[in-house]
Amino acid sequence: MTVKYTREHEWIRIEGDTATVGITFYAQEQLGDVVFVELPEDNTAADQGAEVAVVESVKAASDIYAPVTGTIIEANAELSERPELVNEDPENDGWFFRMQLSDPTELDDLFDEAAYQAFIQEEL
Amino acid sequence: MTELHSLTLESFHQSLGAKFAPFAGYSMPIQYPLGVKGEHLHTREAVGLFDVSHMGQLSIEGPGATDALERLVPASLHEMQPDQIRYSQLTLENGGILDDLMLTRRGTDHWFLVVNGACKWDDMAHFEAHLPESVGMVYHADHALIAVQGPKARTALARLIPEASTLTFMRALETTWQGLSIVLSCCGYTGEDGYEISIASEHADTLAQALSALPESTWVGLGARNSLRLETGLCLYGQDLTTDTTPIEADLLWSIQKRRRTEGGFLGADVICQQIEQGAPRKRVGLTPVDGRTPLREGTALFDTAGHPVGVVTSGGFGPSLGGPVAMGYVTQNLSTLDTELVAEVRGKQLPCKVTDSVFVPQRYVRTL
Repeated sequence: MTVKYTREHEWIRIEGDTATVGITFYAQEQLGDVVFVELPEDNTAADQGAEVAVVESVKAASDIYAPVTGTIIEANAELSERPELVNEDPENDGWFFRMQLSDPTELDDLFDEAAYQAFIQEEL
Repeated sequence: MTELHSLTLESFHQSLGAKFAPFAGYSMPIQYPLGVKGEHLHTREAVGLFDVSHMGQLSIEGPGATDALERLVPASLHEMQPDQIRYSQLTLENGGILDDLMLTRRGTDHWFLVVNGACKWDDMAHFEAHLPESVGMVYHADHALIAVQGPKARTALARLIPEASTLTFMRALETTWQGLSIVLSCCGYTGEDGYEISIASEHADTLAQALSALPESTWVGLGARNSLRLETGLCLYGQDLTTDTTPIEADLLWSIQKRRRTEGGFLGADVICQQIEQGAPRKRVGLTPVDGRTPLREGTALFDTAGHPVGVVTSGGFGPSLGGPVAMGYVTQNLSTLDTELVAEVRGKQLPCKVTDSVFVPQRYVRTL
C-alpha cells in the first residue's frame, strides 16, 4: 500500500488498481472548520485535475480535484452528515472518495510523503 | 491607498497568535487560534472581544449641525435625547447608500459618528462637501474602538466599568476607566447585548489587557464577526448595501422614523419616499436552501422556478449557532414574500431554495433594565 500526495494538498492511498482520496492534515488546518462537503456521484469518470468535489469551511468553498484519471466508485457518504470528520480525521475517516485508476503511471508524478513535507515547508 | 495601515494593537493581537488579512485598508485580525467557529460560538455564549479600530470615529459639532446631518441621513435626529444612539445611512441623490453608520447625540448640535472603515475617507469628503461652515468635523484617528459582545458582556464589563450596567441598547455615556476618558456605547454588530468602547490609542493596550483578563472573554476576528452579523440579519456595507441599493430595497424602513418618511429633506428622498409609498422594485430577504445544507455564497445567481433571473445572494455562508447555511440577497419585489420558492445556481447546479426571514438567529439586545 502506497500513499502519494498532490500540490493541491490531497492524499491518495493506492491499493491495487483502486485508490482512496482525501485532503491532508495541513489542508484541513488551512481551511478551518469544515461545514459542508459536496461529493461526486458513483461511476463518474474524471480526468486528472478535474474538479470532482467541493469542501466548504466557515471561510470559503474549495474544490477537490481528481488526483489521477479514473472512475469514482464510491464517495464517503458519512461526510454529508458529519463534515467535521475532515477536520477530526482527515487522513482516515475523513476520506472523500475511492477511484478505479485508469493510468497508474500518473502516480509516478505525485509526491511521496517526504517530498510533500518539503513542499509544505516551502509554502509556510 | 496602497500601503496597509496597522492597528494600534497589532503586536497585542500578534502575541495572541492572530492570523491577519487586509480589510478596509488595514491589516486586520481575521481569526485567533480558537478559530472562526469557536470564536463565534463563544460570543453567543459568553463574551467576544473585537478590535474594530479600523472604523471611522468622527465628531460633528457646531451651530446647525443637527439640521445639516438630517440632510444627509434619513433618520430623525432632532427628536433624539442626549446620549441616544441611532443607526442610519448616508444616502445619495439616487437613493443609494454611501455608507451605514451609528450616530450618538452628545448635545443639541454635537454628534459622535461611527462609520465603516472602508468608507471613512469617502464619508469625510461627503461631509466636507455638504456641511456648512458653522459645523466642524473632527476625525478621531487617535482613538481605538473595542467591542465587547455577548450575553455575559454586561456583567463582565461592569466589574471594570460599573456604569456599563446602567446602559440599555442604543444608549451611550462618557465616563472614565482608571482615570482615562472613554465613550461607552451600548451597541454592536453581533446581534448580542454588548458595548463598543472608544479610548485614546495610547491607552488601548491597557484596556485590551484588562478585557483579556475577564474570564468570560476571548478575542474574536473578522471571520466570526461576519458570521455573527449574518446570522442576526445585519447588513454588511459593500455587499448587502451599496451606492446602488436604497434603504427601502435593503428592508431598512424601520431605521427611517415617521417624520422623515413624509417630510423627506435628505439626499435621495425623492426616490426613497416614493419607494416607501409604492414599494421598491426589489427587496433584501433571507435565503435558505431546501436541502438545509449547501451554503449559498456571495454572488450566487437566483432564478424563479421558471428559470428567469430574479436576483443575487449578497452575503452567505455557514451559521455556527444555527448549524446550517445562512444567506441574504436581493430578489424582485413580487418574489420577496416568505416561503417563495426560488432556484440558486451553485457550481452549475440548480439548487432549490426559499425566501426566509433575514434574521436567522434572534437578536438579544437589552432594551430595558
